[in-house]
Amino acid sequence: MSVGVVVFLLMATVIVLSAWGVVVARNAVRSALSLVINFFTLALLYFGMHYDLLGISQILVYTGFIMMLFLFCILLLNLGAPDTLFEPSLIKRSIAWFTGGVLVLAVASQVIGPLAVADAGPSAPEGFGEAASVGTALFTGWVYAFEIASVLLLVGIVGSILVAKRRD
Amino acid sequence: MLETLAATELAQGDSVWWALLRIAIVLGFVLAIVPGLIWWERRLLSWFQDRIGPNRVGPFGLLQPIADGVKLFFKEDITPATVDRLLYFIAPAIALFPAFAIWATIPWGPDRRLTPIADVDVGILYILAISSLGVYGLFLGGWASNNKYSLLGGLRSAAQMVSYELAMGVSLGCVILATGSLRLTEVVSMQFEPLWGVVPWMQNWFILTPWGFVAGIIFLITMVAETNRAPFDLPEAESELISGFHTEYSSMKFAVFFMGEYATMLAFSGIFAAVFLGGWSPLPLNWEFLALRANDAGLPWLASALSFIGGPIAAPIWMVGKMFGGITFYVWLRATLPRLRYDQLMNLGWKYLLPIAALNFVVVAIWMQFGWFALLGALVVLLLLYINVVVFPARGRRDGDDEMLVLVKPQVQTEKSIEVSRS
Repeated sequence: MSVGVVVFLLMATVIVLSAWGVVVARNAVRSALSLVINFFTLALLYFGMHYDLLGISQILVYTGFIMMLFLFCILLLNLGAPDTLFEPSLIKRSIAWFTGGVLVLAVASQVIGPLAVADAGPSAPEGFGEAASVGTALFTGWVYAFEIASVLLLVGIVGSILVAKRRD
Repeated sequence: MLETLAATELAQGDSVWWALLRIAIVLGFVLAIVPGLIWWERRLLSWFQDRIGPNRVGPFGLLQPIADGVKLFFKEDITPATVDRLLYFIAPAIALFPAFAIWATIPWGPDRRLTPIADVDVGILYILAISSLGVYGLFLGGWASNNKYSLLGGLRSAAQMVSYELAMGVSLGCVILATGSLRLTEVVSMQFEPLWGVVPWMQNWFILTPWGFVAGIIFLITMVAETNRAPFDLPEAESELISGFHTEYSSMKFAVFFMGEYATMLAFSGIFAAVFLGGWSPLPLNWEFLALRANDAGLPWLASALSFIGGPIAAPIWMVGKMFGGITFYVWLRATLPRLRYDQLMNLGWKYLLPIAALNFVVVAIWMQFGWFALLGALVVLLLLYINVVVFPARGRRDGDDEMLVLVKPQVQTEKSIEVSRS
């Protein structure tokens, strides 16, 4: 086993465990923290594949800002009571286990087959995903999509202010 | 074949051993220097405040931080009964992590084998990303303490960092726009060009250019806010929050929070030096040019001295000197300015720093695309528009309906006036 595989397995373990922690943790803050760890380790995995920009965006956008806002909301709403998250009905729980299991099988059937026969991962063309090429693509071919997305976000912000504004 | 490969790897510093050496240099330096920073801050602050400061332990009190460290190690580590034990325990570690990780892309000198740890293509973004993680330690520490004041401190730190990170990002964006590179080493070497492209004996430090000056000042303010230092130390405001997020922490856990804070301060001083203050060059002088001139003038000793000052051996000294200058600036600010109120903090961040930074960004973009002549024209048009739309109409309505005048006038609160002010 090469060093790369060992590092990958280490990070993959952390990713899976933290993803599990998101669902299992009874406490909303711990759950959110597990998600932070998950996002961050995912970014390390991107670094390992030399996708520096993707990893940095992952940390900057998800770990840095979105999860911060998540935590902020959790604290402001004070989601302390774990009892509300507990599902007492046996039927509902068994249905959840069943559908969850089916989902795992469905994903596994598509993933494990190609993984077992692949000797090398899919490779990207030279310069793919670097800051320069991403910037060029965003501001030439995809500039309309990019600007429309930013307008959409602006509309979202204005709308949320309107909704939250105090009415007289 | 293998030997040449190893030689090129050696030259680029690409092997694992060089990488480990780079990490060891940075970690060793930061860990060794943090007690010194605390001593320097205490002495300097006491001089500012007309006191003497710690001067008993060792020469000039230099051993005082070590004595403090020993004391902190042996203090009782109290864990309050109702804290969230896991998060309370790991919050200081989470606070320490970004303080060390942020050093990875800061260059200290021209030798790529020894510095920076990783000369990645996204160096500036990396700094923004890691510094945005700095808030988690404070935030979780404040929440896990199960204490209202601590929680308030944590919430404040989160809101403050998110607000100031934006202005910081935009001010760094100006530099990215002007240099066309996200690599910190390239940002530094761009500053070794002739000043404004016309003064050959000086270097084009970005703080000396008009746009760079604005961006630099904004970065300087936001970096103080990012590190939670006075006058932006609201998360730990002693007078209102009783030290905020670390009220419940004692012993080494408390010390670890502050180790992280000082390491981050030093790192941000280094980033400011690298991005705006010409990195590892001591003065904005073009050392090679001056050395050539000195040689021509028949002064070879002066030439060799000049090229030594600008050379690779002296480079880390100047870089560390600039970092210490940054720390001194931090202490100076702390000794001079009173703490901001929370609304003042938010006003400064959102209503002043972010718009100025964004305007500066537009200015740099126009200058890069159309040259300085078009930029001047655009500024004149903007100024005329401002005068015509904002200044003249304001002069026209002096007669009582000006908002400021209404605020100043003593008003009788009648039923009707309350109705009017509500609608």
